Amino acid sequence: MTIIRIDKKDWAPGLEKLNSSYRLFGPVKEQDFHNFKELAKGEQPDFNCLNTRLSPKSIVQPQSEIMLEFTLDESQADHHIMKEPAVNDKPRAVLGIRPCDAKAFQLVKLNFDTLEHKDVYWLRNYEASTFVGLACDNPCSACFCSTAGSGPYNEEGLDVLLVNAEDHYLAKTLTPKGEALLKSAGWQATIEPGAAEAQIAAQQKSAEERIQSRVYTDNLRGQVTNELYEAPFWEEVAFACINCGTCTYLCPTCWCFDIQDEVHGCAGVRMRNWDSCMYPLFTLHGAGHNPRGTKTHRVRQRFMHKLKYYVDKYDNGIQCVGCGRCIRFCPVNIDIRDVIDKMNTYGTCQVDQS
Amino acid sequence: MEPAKLTNHKKGGRLENPYLPYPVRIDDVIVETEDKNLKTFKLVFLNPEDENKFAYEAGQFAELSVAGQGEIPIGIASSPTEKGFLMFTVNKVGLVSSYMHSMQAGDIMGVRGPLGNWYPWEQMEGKNVVIIGGGFAFTTLRSAIIYMLDPANRKKFNEIHVIYGARTPGMLLYRDELMEWEKRDDIHMHITVDGTDDPDWQYNTGFVPTITEQKAPQGNDDTYAIVCGPPIMIKFTQPVLDNLGYDHDHIIMSLENRMKCGIGMCGRCNLGKEFVCKDGPIFTLLEINQTPKEY
Repeated sequence: MTIIRIDKKDWAPGLEKLNSSYRLFGPVKEQDFHNFKELAKGEQPDFNCLNTRLSPKSIVQPQSEIMLEFTLDESQADHHIMKEPAVNDKPRAVLGIRPCDAKAFQLVKLNFDTLEHKDVYWLRNYEASTFVGLACDNPCSACFCSTAGSGPYNEEGLDVLLVNAEDHYLAKTLTPKGEALLKSAGWQATIEPGAAEAQIAAQQKSAEERIQSRVYTDNLRGQVTNELYEAPFWEEVAFACINCGTCTYLCPTCWCFDIQDEVHGCAGVRMRNWDSCMYPLFTLHGAGHNPRGTKTHRVRQRFMHKLKYYVDKYDNGIQCVGCGRCIRFCPVNIDIRDVIDKMNTYGTCQVDQS
Repeated sequence: MEPAKLTNHKKGGRLENPYLPYPVRIDDVIVETEDKNLKTFKLVFLNPEDENKFAYEAGQFAELSVAGQGEIPIGIASSPTEKGFLMFTVNKVGLVSSYMHSMQAGDIMGVRGPLGNWYPWEQMEGKNVVIIGGGFAFTTLRSAIIYMLDPANRKKFNEIHVIYGARTPGMLLYRDELMEWEKRDDIHMHITVDGTDDPDWQYNTGFVPTITEQKAPQGNDDTYAIVCGPPIMIKFTQPVLDNLGYDHDHIIMSLENRMKCGIGMCGRCNLGKEFVCKDGPIFTLLEINQTPKEY
């Protein structure tokens, strides 16, 4: 691992160089919030935000994505036969992704990269991406990354970690992909690692101390699935929920999708679109039966998936990185930290279960 | 004994893109039932080499793909011992299935699969197999019966019983084959209908649970029951099997849920951490008992 010093005056020229071999993505201000966007030539990522409103998951899993294409024109020899569309696999540089969101990609990868099947669309986008993280120095009150398997300086899922200093960034090179990107931008000023590491460690300690919010997840794995499923608190958790789907939409670790055909004239595409376990149509059978027919079923599915099914299936912690978006933007103030607490302590403390 | 853990690794080669269907041509369409709501589609691969890639086992399903309409997960009704075609029986219920009912021989569509696990054939070798089916949930059961009756396979199994019921004689699937199996002495057929005014009806009358009580052999270590049918049939058949002494790891069921991807990724068909599409659709009742009942 090497540490590179990038003077801020060299930042824009470096991006200019990167532009020829990478598609650049970064946070951009839209109205009063930020979102990840593909940067136009010369456009700068705006690092003056705690984090983007939406997670950057759309860079790897677009909200709508063409999977296959076809023609219904029977004069064509290949009518009604599905074809793979042309692929743009030009490398992507994701600039300023927060450590929590980068870790989220690693959690989600377990779903799309399995022994039996590989989701070629997700993996192609993921593998084309180089993640240049930006360490968090000012976490907010809803951030609980440090007890959700991540942290403000967490390096998992990143190729480079940028640490903001006054007139420069310290860039920790974490993978060969990251090294290649820094080289391609012409950022090569290695510095004496001892002092840089000490500076990073000090900033990291201060950032971690600012995170006041904690969750305890140690009992989740030991809980019996069906007992947790039948727990009496689900009605209470779901009571205020309006099934709007905002939580799943913002969440960096929600990956569920729908597949739909769209036709215009004789030309058609098979697309996939983000979907949400909050919506009744998600599980509705053709014959009318719905195994998750009530909002309590659906709210329970969301939390059980993240905090129990995922935990049991992969033995890789919870399917949550503590980014806090669902807490900040839930219109009825449902707080995943409270639900984690209810699930983690279920059966251990009778007083709290009323 | 250990719960019957059904392996779900895939056989044969696969296309690199698991969402890309094999192109097929509809070879024949057969109206199965008197209400005309069930049709059987016989499909032939446009590229003959795709048939080898689509190596399947009885109990698996596939996504039927109709360009411009979408995909539906349907159990494979043909048996791996039948070569040169695939067969699917489709109930007219939603967008894709209704559209398929208007398609004809010669039309081009797609098949993606095979998907899911299959009936635990190795585990059932040397055992008695009791097949209990109701209504149109008889498709992969047909596949299973054809597979077991194949001369190369019949000796692998001990007694075979089939209890199959529908509302009326005209609602039974695969009637010609049922009648042929009735004539054989290596399979015990117990066909039943809820009711009929046909004076010549020479088989059983009564609901599937009742006929199961009367005709099914006692449960023991050497006997497996495979149960597929509407929820109401399953609900009333289970206590009958309990009374007959079937352990829950000897009761095998094939489940359905709304699906899109068919490969465990899109997130909707799960019972707890198990995906019906990938970890199932075949589960033992013992396994199902350990999951939330979201099917």
